[in-house]
Amino acid sequence: MSTMVVSHLRPGEGGALRLFASQEALLAFAIIGIAILVGLYNPRFLATRNLADIVLGNAYIAVAAIGMSMVIVSGNIDISVGSLIGVLATISGTLAVAGVPIILVWLTPLVVGILVMMLQGAVIAYLRIPAIVVTLGMLSILKGGLISVTGGRWITDLPQSFHLADIELFGILPMPVLIMVAATILAALWMRYSASGRAIYATGGNAEAARLCGVSPRRTVVMVFALHGLFAGIAALLFATQLKVIQSTVPPNLELTVITAAVVGGVSILGGVGTVVGSTLAAVLIAEIASALVFINVSPYWIHAVQGALILVTVVADILRRRRRQVGG
Amino acid sequence: MAVLAPEVRSAAPRWLIRHETLLAAILVVALAILGLLNERFLTIDNLLNQGRLMTEVGLLALPMTFIIITGGIDLSVGSIVGLCAIMLGYSWKNLGFPLPLAIAFAIGVGGVAGFVNGLLITRVRVPPLIMTIATLALYRGLAEGISQARSVRNYPEWFFFTGQGEWLGVPVQLWILLVGIIMAGIALDRTTFGRTLYAIGNNETAARFSGLPVDRVKLVVYTLSGLAAGLSAWVLVSRVTTTRSDMGSGYELDVIAAVVLGGTSIFGGVGTIWGTVVGLVMIQLLKNGLALTGVKGDATIIVIGAVLIASTLIASSLHGRREVAG
Repeated sequence: MSTMVVSHLRPGEGGALRLFASQEALLAFAIIGIAILVGLYNPRFLATRNLADIVLGNAYIAVAAIGMSMVIVSGNIDISVGSLIGVLATISGTLAVAGVPIILVWLTPLVVGILVMMLQGAVIAYLRIPAIVVTLGMLSILKGGLISVTGGRWITDLPQSFHLADIELFGILPMPVLIMVAATILAALWMRYSASGRAIYATGGNAEAARLCGVSPRRTVVMVFALHGLFAGIAALLFATQLKVIQSTVPPNLELTVITAAVVGGVSILGGVGTVVGSTLAAVLIAEIASALVFINVSPYWIHAVQGALILVTVVADILRRRRRQVGG
Repeated sequence: MAVLAPEVRSAAPRWLIRHETLLAAILVVALAILGLLNERFLTIDNLLNQGRLMTEVGLLALPMTFIIITGGIDLSVGSIVGLCAIMLGYSWKNLGFPLPLAIAFAIGVGGVAGFVNGLLITRVRVPPLIMTIATLALYRGLAEGISQARSVRNYPEWFFFTGQGEWLGVPVQLWILLVGIIMAGIALDRTTFGRTLYAIGNNETAARFSGLPVDRVKLVVYTLSGLAAGLSAWVLVSRVTTTRSDMGSGYELDVIAAVVLGGTSIFGGVGTIWGTVVGLVMIQLLKNGLALTGVKGDATIIVIGAVLIASTLIASSLHGRREVAG
């Protein structure tokens, strides 16, 4: 794995800009193209209600994919995020039912998310255990822990004030979309223009070079995981508050959907390249495809196959594109 | 090759021997404690039954040892088990294959699934981690899509022999696992193929420049992993008498935990089949011991997750190759 990272250095900024633009443009084009095609086949797909459901119901995936993008750009991976979201959603729901002040109900998952992910980041960065081992272990600890503690009981009777996802700003802007867009823009600007944001790319591109330039790859990895935990916390809140009940189990294969969004959004799995605008667009695209399957009478059971194929196509295209550029330059 | 082999060998043994001896000692102590805590634990019946339950994961752990020794990983094994189980039931029930042909077909599908992993890893140079995350989703998705989440039942009586029968008083699948262990052990320890795995894991570039068929060997190990998943699916379906698309999900955790616990370095270049077998037995006994003392199944995955992280931590702090991790 380590040999792959070193050989791919970024070319000039101009090239990078064009690459990102093309990936994002491609995704936007795909989103609109699919909407038109499926709309022609079945006009009900284009109903405002359905389009709104696609975005509203999946905003939490986009938010989680922002953190996942950062993790992957830094040259790591996290497969525990689905379990963590399940745990955090249950924690916030349990607190809400217990009558804890709403601000604490909303803050606790964020804090716990940050702590759990920071712990993982520290083990990965300072004890040098591969991210896949740490996060696979954490996945089962969280998943097993959640089911053991709750016994899979559903949380019902959630207070009205708990439902963050139902709030509409100025009576028109739904909270999930607002959070998704704001988080994407803030994270994109931060990653692009701040020193610590650039440090993520430097760490993922070439950790040793980053170290020689005065960036601490270890501290960067811990920071990235802490932020990833924050976004997982926000995602958990959106997830928990959009339905009237919380199932207190881990949503199956959620981590795969989040990873798919990050990778398909143009985050190079080899580390060092990618933007979160792409991952948010990709999250919308995946949700759109899942919904479209139903409208063109294809069984929704195919969605994981579609996701896997999407990852493969994106990764292979990414690798071939880099290889061609290296040969050309 | 003859010149290279002893050098590659000398890179590991002392620490390795210590790790395995330590593990075996822990195993004996654990056995004794569990035996004292619960009188049903140390009975031949219980132990043989645990062997039965261990086989599905065990068959996957053998090629996984090869893969991890080369410095790779295969997260898709559980999904391949699910896909093969579905193909077995689907080809028999819906395509009208005779059952023996359906079994062969399912194992073949496993081989193809592993081959596809290996092909993209070696030809396109997709990192094994991301390749097998993608196929973890893809193969599970195919299983769900093809089966439409419908299960297949009503297999004929003879079909259950593999998963429930006995031969010479020992569960049938345990014989299969035993043959697999011996073959894998010989292949890893006594053949050029096996020594090449260590060479790749220690330094892939050097192995390539030494003229070793790196890509071909990697292709073989990923294909073997798929074939083993097919075999595992057959044993599993035969044991539980039904086929479902979620079969084998989460197996990657047990398999990787067993291999890593058995002393195979996650960074590649180090590991033995013997260690994997001990790791495998420990994981199974841990599960069984916890279950007998009243711990529920969901809680045991907490322990296995913790064991995975802890054994990697201990191995990497005992071991000198930490720098490679970055």
